[in-house]
Amino acid sequence: MGNTKVIVGLGSCGIAAGANKTYNEFQRIMTTDKLGFELKKTSCIGMCYREPLVEIIDDSGTYLYGEVNLERVEDIIDKHIKKFSPIPEYIVQSDKYPSKDQAFFDGQVKISLRNCGHIDPESIEEYEARDGYEAIRKIAREKLSPESVIQQVLDSGIRGRGGGGFPTGLKWRFAHNNQSDKKYVICNADEGDPGAFMDRSILEGDPHGVLEGMIICGYTIGASEGYIYCRAEYPLAIKRLNLAIKQAREKGYLGKNLFGIKGFHFDLKIKEGAGAFVCGEETALIASIEGARGMPRRRPPFPAEAGLWKHPTNINNVETFINIPWIIHQGPQAYAQYGTEKSKGTKVFALTGKIRHGGLVEVPMGITIKDIIYKLGGGITGDNKFKAVQLGGPSGGCIPEYLSHTRVDYESVNATGAIMGSGGMVVMDETTCVVDIAKFFLDFTQKESCGKCTFCRLGTKRMLEILTRITEGEGREGDIEMLEQLAETIKDSSLCGLGQTAPNPVLTTLKYFRDEYEAHIRDRKCPALSCKKLLTYTVIEEKCTGCTVCAKGCPVDAIEGERKQIHHIDQDLCIQCGVCYTRCKFDAIKLS
Amino acid sequence: MYYCLEKRQFTEFMRIQRIQPATPQQEASPESVDLTLMDDLLEKYKNQKGNLIPLLQGAQDIYGYLPKAAFERIHRVTGLELNEMYGVATFYAQFRLEPAGKYIVKMCHGTACHVQNVTAITDEILDTLGIKDGETTSDGILTIETVACLGCCSLAPVMMIGDETYGKLTPKEAVRIIKELRRSENG
Repeated sequence: MGNTKVIVGLGSCGIAAGANKTYNEFQRIMTTDKLGFELKKTSCIGMCYREPLVEIIDDSGTYLYGEVNLERVEDIIDKHIKKFSPIPEYIVQSDKYPSKDQAFFDGQVKISLRNCGHIDPESIEEYEARDGYEAIRKIAREKLSPESVIQQVLDSGIRGRGGGGFPTGLKWRFAHNNQSDKKYVICNADEGDPGAFMDRSILEGDPHGVLEGMIICGYTIGASEGYIYCRAEYPLAIKRLNLAIKQAREKGYLGKNLFGIKGFHFDLKIKEGAGAFVCGEETALIASIEGARGMPRRRPPFPAEAGLWKHPTNINNVETFINIPWIIHQGPQAYAQYGTEKSKGTKVFALTGKIRHGGLVEVPMGITIKDIIYKLGGGITGDNKFKAVQLGGPSGGCIPEYLSHTRVDYESVNATGAIMGSGGMVVMDETTCVVDIAKFFLDFTQKESCGKCTFCRLGTKRMLEILTRITEGEGREGDIEMLEQLAETIKDSSLCGLGQTAPNPVLTTLKYFRDEYEAHIRDRKCPALSCKKLLTYTVIEEKCTGCTVCAKGCPVDAIEGERKQIHHIDQDLCIQCGVCYTRCKFDAIKLS
Repeated sequence: MYYCLEKRQFTEFMRIQRIQPATPQQEASPESVDLTLMDDLLEKYKNQKGNLIPLLQGAQDIYGYLPKAAFERIHRVTGLELNEMYGVATFYAQFRLEPAGKYIVKMCHGTACHVQNVTAITDEILDTLGIKDGETTSDGILTIETVACLGCCSLAPVMMIGDETYGKLTPKEAVRIIKELRRSENG
């Protein structure tokens, strides 16, 4: 038992699924039974659908257990730890037992997530044990000039992982070439895109990797100060980053004359965002760090020329920075072997929605959407049909089922009208209404528009009003054309990416699902049976027990029936609020 | 509507629009707000570049919201303009100008939660409590807020109360949790 390690995954989602309780239970039993195993923490391995996850490593092999609740903790301790007899039913991955979940890991190539779920993110030693800070040491040892680092980044072919896809090496070169006594490196960790959480997982799982990427960038462009702009909604990420910075300072990895490179000074600060999606835009983010309202400004001058406090500034996303140490350490060719001609390397996706195996997956660029959903994701939940996948969040679009052979690279995804974005991939089945999804995103962008450009501020509002009308059964002829006209105008007349891409969800759904819009407007029907106001609610007589719950809940007294008698809904009075449907304990309300 | 107003009326109209109605707690200030609690915060950020947002964040950590008196104190000590602070405080979603309930219930309305029908859950909770989104129950226990994304998408639909996250909710389950919390607080 002495060599047994028990590692509990304590990322935010693991904790939400009860991983802290799991950890405490292991600790409690370990102390009371005086067991000699080693209990450790790690972060998210990406397999969110089986949280809480516990990995056991002993002399015989490694075993990853899923859905480890308190009962399973006891079982695992009794059988596996005390008697060395692993429990195959709970195993989700192991080098000893086959598992039906194995497909989730096959086909993944972990570069960005190389350490997530494998190290204790609160220990700098564990990061170093896995080649951590080796890339910057290599630069110092081989006396690589900033130019040659830039060349290596260019050779790797990596493009900005925040969504824009601009070649990272070029960006660095611009910042490097601009002369100034002061330069800044900023890490954009303001992951505001709803449905995306890969940056959070990286920050929580491998904070030192991000730090090392930033240090290398600092050396390359000649910056002495860096900021990590992180969402305040990610308290655990902020806590672990703060700890990582402290550890790096103590080890002398942040400070003055670093890694024996004379004159190379670099230090980092964390800035907490205050909740504004637009701050993901470079110039708005800079304004926010300076303490102002996060409003974008005109470019040029680009941040590489005049950024934070008017000094040359390089901004990259979390996922971009985490790749840098790997590229330098393994060589640019190792990175460029993955991917397509124009999109190199790997990309992390947050797979969510109506999918069996939701979680984080890192795949080589060029894999098809179908493979991600069916091979890694295990297909659609329930018996429903796959309808579409939403890529790129509020700036992206819906790709329909018949285009699921689309390869995931910047060019192919853009060709569909969606964008790669930061990597949120929300899977939708036939019960999801695309008009409602378009409305959902417009509601988001309309709230998050900073208000600077009229067309974005007012245009998104008008589009939202039209979409709301359509989903409530009050669509008019001409609404679709009006939406298209507004969309084009907003795209053309907005200053920043938020406005320029805000109409994408509407445009792509109109492109691929125009008939659904028409069904809402002309037939007053929602084919997905999702828009409440377009539904008819009736009682299924065989299932109704006459419990009166629906009648009591009905705000307009449209339901009548004696206790223990079958109830009826008066369609003339019904306002389609759906209260009866949600309250009925016997599924006796039918939607049609 | 604006054009028919006299200039003086117009300014007043605008002013009425911009100033938040005073809540009972605010009216009772300045006594109820202990401004000395901000001493360390002000000392730390007084002369730093870009200190406005950290100061407001710090003040909100102390009081749970941004009392008017806190703005004024920051202004006196640092010289930051009130209008700038107010502009920032109303721009970002994080800041609140009115006290919140003891527990803030964050209903995640991210894409994944939306697809899993979180709207029905939020409606059911608001309906049960008889309040609107962003409002606080009359006993001051619960504030219900919809937020963009909590980043626990694979547990959707999700809500967060304090630091505790509840996943894979159903309307019934969510209402039960809320009711139980309220009952335990009210004894």
